[in-house]
Amino acid sequence: MKAPAFGYLRPASLAEALALLQSHPDAKLLAGGQSLLPALNLRLSQPSHLIDIGRLAELCGISVQQGRLRIAALTRHAELQASPLIAQAAPLLHAAIQHVAHPAIRSRGTIGGSLANADPAAELPACALALQARIDVLGPGGARSIQACDFFTGLFETALGSDEILAAVEIDTPCEGAVFGFQELARRSGDYAIVGLAAAGRVEGGALAELRLAYFSVGATAILATNAAACLLGTAADPASLSRAEAALAQDLDPPDDLQASSATRLHLARVLLRRVVSSMMPQQRLAA
Amino acid sequence: MIAITLTVNGETIAAQVEPRTHLVDFLREQLGLTGAHLGCEHGVCGACTIRVDGAIVRGCLVLAAQADGSVVETIEGLSDSGEISDLAQAFIDRNALQCGYCTPGMLIAAQDLLLHDPSPTREAIREHLSGNYCRCTGYHAIIDAVQATARAREQA
Repeated sequence: MKAPAFGYLRPASLAEALALLQSHPDAKLLAGGQSLLPALNLRLSQPSHLIDIGRLAELCGISVQQGRLRIAALTRHAELQASPLIAQAAPLLHAAIQHVAHPAIRSRGTIGGSLANADPAAELPACALALQARIDVLGPGGARSIQACDFFTGLFETALGSDEILAAVEIDTPCEGAVFGFQELARRSGDYAIVGLAAAGRVEGGALAELRLAYFSVGATAILATNAAACLLGTAADPASLSRAEAALAQDLDPPDDLQASSATRLHLARVLLRRVVSSMMPQQRLAA
Repeated sequence: MIAITLTVNGETIAAQVEPRTHLVDFLREQLGLTGAHLGCEHGVCGACTIRVDGAIVRGCLVLAAQADGSVVETIEGLSDSGEISDLAQAFIDRNALQCGYCTPGMLIAAQDLLLHDPSPTREAIREHLSGNYCRCTGYHAIIDAVQATARAREQA
């Protein structure tokens, strides 16, 4: 279908964008448009205006300062994928980004747009959870930061105020022993995952000292499987511990049924991913494989 | 209406567009460039693939208003310049099209891969074309055509 009629505004600065957002309460921000335009074409959204922030230089750039990686909101998926800085400072994002849609969509889609859209099947919100990212937002009252675990509040819902703009995402650069894993299962490469897992942890003396398992496409938001992770802490992800974690996953996830897969299938696949991803994160098991 | 100025296949175009007009509809309806096809209109099928500022995009997921100031290239431009004549001939030789609906998008996406990776593996070709649906060929002939073009270009 075609999108419904709307007005189009292109502010020249971030300050102007914030002012437009206040004076147009039914407007939506347009960044890369790779989720918003499908929603408009399907008439799932009918904003009065689109405020096109896609060219604001203030929202561009990737940098590392004092051990923190800062990715500005308009960083496109294709930029993330090609960035040597991301490959080195955020291996999880580097691994995940190739699974985000297709080349012709990665060339336009942005990290800020993906996080603000909060699609439960999207890769980047799960990565933000696993990496304990901090999301920096700007509003009429100034800047504030929101922890990823507080940011995603529901199905396509976030803690972002209607008069605020997501400015950047910040994550710690990897510490000693940091390990990451990412896998998803989809019918066609680049399509929304049936189930996916973004994991971050730390290995100390051959055992997992930290582990965050962020599942996506299993509920209204990406979900941290804390019970399953607890079963693996202090272990070397041996077969017995992995089995305990797989069993505990039923306490963490209650996936929905849909056309792609039943709840039981999703839980089964989540367990398959648990074993594969956690095993891939353990140095000695990588060698054994 | 919004005033836009952009370059389409090397020609500077000034036009008035409605905000809701997609770039592919602007190209097809206002400029008569009907080579980019409309399939799903929500970014799934890849039939509307075009090039904007050197990168491939979904023509149905970009507004004409967003393309103000951009350099746009369509299958007509790539054909007329001869940039993809060998790739198009390989599609014919390998029977890599039947109805032809997906073909303009396939050719632009395949050329994008060959520009960035001159000798791709079959897996890399499949991955790069994964966002372009073909309902006729079963894809094998398309992969063959892209690989044959890569090999021929390397030997040229």
